[in-house]
Amino acid sequence: MTTTHLIRAVETVDGTRTDVLVRDGVVVELGSGLSATGAEVIDADGLLALPGLVDLHTHLREPGGEGAETVLTGSRAAAAGGFTAVNAMANSSPVADTAGVVEQVQALGERAGYVTVRPIGAVTQGLEGRRLSEIGAMARSRAAVRVFSDDGHCVSDPLLMRRALEYVKGFGGVVAQHAQEPRLTEGAQMNEGALSAELGLGGWPAVAEESIIARDVLLADHVGARLHVCHVSTAGSVEVVRWAKARGIDVTAEVTPHHLLLTEDLVSSYDSRYKVNPPLRLAEDVEALRAALADGTIDIVATDHAPHTSEAKHCEWDAAANGMVGLESALSVVHRTMVETGLIGWADVARVLSVAPARIGQVEGHGRPLAVGEPAELTLYDRGVSRTFGTEHLAGRSRNSPFLGHTLPGQVVTTLHQGYATVRDGLVVDEREIADRAARVAAAAVLAAPEPAGAP
Amino acid sequence: MKHLLSTADLGRDDALRILDVAEDMADVSTRQVKKLPTLRGTTVVNLFYEDSTRTRISFEAAAKRLSADVINFAAKGSSVSKGESLKDTAQTLAAMGADGIVIRHPASGAPRVLADSGWVDAGIVNAGDGTHEHPTQALLDAFTMRRRVHGDASRGRDLDGLEVLIVGDILHSRVARSNAWLLRTLGAHVTVVAPPTLLPVDVSRLGVDVHYDLDEAIARVRPDVVMMLRIQQERMAEAFFPNAREYARSWGLGAARFRSLPPAALVMHPGPMNRGLEIGDDAADSPRSTVREQVGNGVAVRMAVLYLTLAGDREDSL
Amino acid sequence: MSTRTVLSQADITRALTRISHEVLESNRGPDGLVVLGIPTRGVVLAERIGAQLSSISGVAVPTGSVDVTMYRDDLRRNPTRASQPTRLPDGGIDGATVVLVDDVLYSGRTIRAALDALSALGRPRAVRLAVLVDRGHRELPIRADFVGKNLPTSAAERIFVRLHGVDDDELVAIEGGADS
Repeated sequence: MTTTHLIRAVETVDGTRTDVLVRDGVVVELGSGLSATGAEVIDADGLLALPGLVDLHTHLREPGGEGAETVLTGSRAAAAGGFTAVNAMANSSPVADTAGVVEQVQALGERAGYVTVRPIGAVTQGLEGRRLSEIGAMARSRAAVRVFSDDGHCVSDPLLMRRALEYVKGFGGVVAQHAQEPRLTEGAQMNEGALSAELGLGGWPAVAEESIIARDVLLADHVGARLHVCHVSTAGSVEVVRWAKARGIDVTAEVTPHHLLLTEDLVSSYDSRYKVNPPLRLAEDVEALRAALADGTIDIVATDHAPHTSEAKHCEWDAAANGMVGLESALSVVHRTMVETGLIGWADVARVLSVAPARIGQVEGHGRPLAVGEPAELTLYDRGVSRTFGTEHLAGRSRNSPFLGHTLPGQVVTTLHQGYATVRDGLVVDEREIADRAARVAAAAVLAAPEPAGAP
Repeated sequence: MKHLLSTADLGRDDALRILDVAEDMADVSTRQVKKLPTLRGTTVVNLFYEDSTRTRISFEAAAKRLSADVINFAAKGSSVSKGESLKDTAQTLAAMGADGIVIRHPASGAPRVLADSGWVDAGIVNAGDGTHEHPTQALLDAFTMRRRVHGDASRGRDLDGLEVLIVGDILHSRVARSNAWLLRTLGAHVTVVAPPTLLPVDVSRLGVDVHYDLDEAIARVRPDVVMMLRIQQERMAEAFFPNAREYARSWGLGAARFRSLPPAALVMHPGPMNRGLEIGDDAADSPRSTVREQVGNGVAVRMAVLYLTLAGDREDSL
Repeated sequence: MSTRTVLSQADITRALTRISHEVLESNRGPDGLVVLGIPTRGVVLAERIGAQLSSISGVAVPTGSVDVTMYRDDLRRNPTRASQPTRLPDGGIDGATVVLVDDVLYSGRTIRAALDALSALGRPRAVRLAVLVDRGHRELPIRADFVGKNLPTSAAERIFVRLHGVDDDELVAIEGGADS
């Protein structure tokens, strides 16, 4: 039995105000002046209803990296940021290159209960870039993997990338490429340019990303496959993707929140909070990425949430790990960089943070319109507040956020998932309560399932 | 000054102060008692993550001439090679009561991270970080140039109008960077000469002119100082230039090229030299070569740096 | 805050002349004398005293400077300051009678540092101290052999010495009195 929620007077992304009645995780009524006995009432006057956000690019670190994050803690971070589904990258330890590992990650996500966890499978065994992993087994497993990525590493061998693009076609999947030519980025530490020359840090030239994207879109075209490009970071990459789309090539692209706001100048302090792969770039790149997100050349925002322990970050730059956490701040950063600047409206926010990622990643039941009969995966967001982002706003296990101390707009007030609230009054709900509710939802699903064919 | 981490951040007044105090420190080594009591009771730690006997000995001599206690810490590796982390080492040194830490580290920015970290309260002196800076080398080079140009009237003078050529692996050279910024601050004009593979793609933040051809650079610039940088063996394996012979022929200061220099031009080299590669005997052994006095000046300059970072109340920051 | 001049330029000149005569009398002539000033103003005074000693006695008396910055005992308590040159005359100071010269004698710590500096520069036969002004408040057992003017002061007061060659004018003044 799940709670009935009555959301009062919430604003939708098309500007209308409505009440929303949710029962058993489904939107059952819309209108004004609704009432329902026994319903938990949420006063949403002044709040915006977004479809639950869907992240196509998250690192949950489990199995193997539990010191930085687990599926549970990462799910909490996601819920805090207004997400109801995340795709978990495959660079765990062991790597998610078999059905066993992806099913384990999915099960951990179900048990935690905060978000739908959709595991991503590795393209190559062990992420070594030599042999294809058991893509078919992962696609047919309980985890039903549809997105495959060696993220962290580039599938740089052109022949292998061709084979991967072709092979996943057979399973209705997509390859998500981390575009980084390894030979051009040996010893790279930051964007290559005048600043890297000054700071004495190895350069990561834009061409190392652009040349791989250029090659991959041509390969995708040649073999008739879908391609997704992770964390686009340069103006040149944007131009390549734009050219490819104009030719009708089936390519989608993502940008991270940090690449929409931060530039390489931050590296001058050698504070490794700003160390990330691909690196922070120039103001011109930030502008081009924002414009591309606005005009659809870049399809979605994906966080590349990359938690790291304090030992991995509090050291000299060269030795520090790459990555930033981003689930909790993503919506606010998009609000600041894209909505406050007038580049996009809230309906576009819903598209780039929920609808389109759900479509690209084939995440069923998420990114759906607000309509009767649709699953009630919802985020209620207060656009009117402003906060100084601090560690108290982080809900995962790690603290490596580049936004600490920044003034960011907006706050997630309530997140609804599977018929229960995972965030209530801006606070993440206790994990035992969520685990309990999730277990009940799972049990109810088993009971409601049809008899298997041939059963006595 | 609380720390000396870079010359890029060193203003003209502070730079001149270091050079002027170094003049007095140089006098000390001409006296009967080559010692000052100034840093008595202070502990200076040489934290060297890279082998460098010459620089370490220079700092050790400087510290001892100021009566400081010196501890040499030859650190193996960093977090990357699973040795003790920089943080743990720093906290160990703090617990041992280090007042000053002279650090040489293969990671650019490591001295800055150490100074900003709060792990240790000591004054930090950068003895070379990755390919970023080597401020005391630049200071002793400037001191050497100033002495050769202005002699006993050096005190208070800068290097206004001096034309300096720096030749070699600019891309990987912390000596080149530190010199570029300091010389510019002191009024000199710097031109770098190297094959394009050994130059950063964008040098705009170094404030230098660029030439690929050394003979052309010598003819156009008419340098007062030519500084030759050492070519490291590893570079030859990494496709930066075809081989040693071609490098020496195009960018080495051999006999003929040495003769084409303006008659008063100084020849400098941070050492150790690859004779026959970047510099020939004629240049290295001529009276215009400052290589040996650069070593002596190094101790005086490092004494000045240690005095200015460690002797005072250290409330004033750079 | 009140400032009053206690020595005019003429007073200073007379005081230095008297000190020069006293030095020659106490040393029984100019032999072995080396006059070393403590920078900055002590050096100006030393040069004048040296010139006077030479003209009175008819023998050239060498002068120079000895910087005490590196020998101070209060380094840790103050911001670091730049050093000044130490210039010894060609004959050095071994076996000489060194006359240290400074403008104001106060706690005595500067002179203690100067004695340490001298001990590293050589072994004089004797060291004498000449000061333009002694303002009292000694913290160490140090006394001047030759004094231009004794000026009892309170700790709240400040003494200003200005000399041609360093400053635009020439006088000694006291400032303060009441706590300000």
